[in-house]
Amino acid sequence: MSAYPEPLQDLLDTFTTFEDPSERAQVLISFADQFTPVPPEVATRPFGKDHLVPACESEAYVWAMLQPDGTMKLYFAVENPSGISAKALAVMLTKTLSGLTPAEIATVSPEIVEGLFRQNISMGKGMGLMSMVGAVRTLAQRAQGQASS
Amino acid sequence: MSTPAAASYAKPEVLVSTEWLAGNISNPGIRVIESNEDTLLYASGHIPGAAHVDWTADLNDQVRRDYITREGFEALMSRLGATPDTTIVFYGDKNNWWATYAFWVFQLFGHTKAKILNGGRLKWEKEGRELTRETPTFTATSYQAPERNDKTIRAFRDDVQKVVQEKGQLVDVRSPDEYSGKRLHMPDYPNEGALRGGHIPGAKSVPWAKAVNPEDGTFKSVDELKKLYIDEQGLDPSKPVTAYCRIGERSSHTWFALTYLLGFPNVRNYDGSWTEWGNSVGLPIEK
Repeated sequence: MSAYPEPLQDLLDTFTTFEDPSERAQVLISFADQFTPVPPEVATRPFGKDHLVPACESEAYVWAMLQPDGTMKLYFAVENPSGISAKALAVMLTKTLSGLTPAEIATVSPEIVEGLFRQNISMGKGMGLMSMVGAVRTLAQRAQGQASS
Repeated sequence: MSTPAAASYAKPEVLVSTEWLAGNISNPGIRVIESNEDTLLYASGHIPGAAHVDWTADLNDQVRRDYITREGFEALMSRLGATPDTTIVFYGDKNNWWATYAFWVFQLFGHTKAKILNGGRLKWEKEGRELTRETPTFTATSYQAPERNDKTIRAFRDDVQKVVQEKGQLVDVRSPDEYSGKRLHMPDYPNEGALRGGHIPGAKSVPWAKAVNPEDGTFKSVDELKKLYIDEQGLDPSKPVTAYCRIGERSSHTWFALTYLLGFPNVRNYDGSWTEWGNSVGLPIEK
């Protein structure tokens, strides 16, 4: 049994094949290039502060929308144009966690950031990126609570 | 070459504007170097022709806590295709925090043909100027550097102890909470291992980023800088000043502002900073 939901574990396993930090950097940047901000039907500026990821200098926002089938769909906004790492993580989380149940998403540890970014994590970015995962987990836990109440 | 507001700085020639750099990108006598905290940023897009210098991989010794040796600096400059006559223009993220750090390390090896892009990456991006992912290649040069000079602009623990004993001028450029000892690291940053919180006795608190206009990353005017360091903190330009932070990077920014913008003649950067002082047995601290 993997430590993370299968799609995320698969991505993590893929990243273990990149030993050269520059190769990993290129992959991370290619993820960042795929970033699309939260659509207007979900949220418009100014974004609510309750969606702001704490301690993230890239000014990232996150939304987790519960779907009729009981799964969740994630959306992000990254307001800092230099927030490359935040955009890359947003895409990776959206691709691997959207479509999972709140219970599955709630198990994801912020330590996943270490495995994905490795040497490409900068001193000031690590806390903010882990905080992004933490914010997703909190939203999933909240949705879990709502579903069971 | 400098921005209009730079006219009254002590050494305005050390700053270049984004407009000037845009017009000089193809100048063969200039090498543009990006130095960031974010290791992904350069590869995601940089100023055309700019090379990347990473502070951990390129400027630090990979074993000892120290900077590269003369041989290491020569190899770096060779890779960058630079000669002693090449003018290096540094820029980077975080209001040129790491760019001034690289600039300071280059000064340890006497490469005085060095400048900072005022406003750094932030201003360049905000102005919508060109960024590329094309990595430049340079013909390797044979660069001969002097031995690293650790005496003039670098301070060690013993030097700082002497400053404390003689009640000399120290500037703590960390955040107010780090200075007071409330926290051991920057807000939102990991704790990198100081056992005790507080500051070096007698140090004035002037967070480094106060020297910068946050909207575009440019340095504040000379009058604003004088008010910040001289009027409000009482620093005497005629006497030596030692700046420190956590590992010596933020304080290199303050070293730059005091030395080149205000013209303080004797400023040193204590790169051991709080990760050394706050962990050392027997050294005094204040909270």
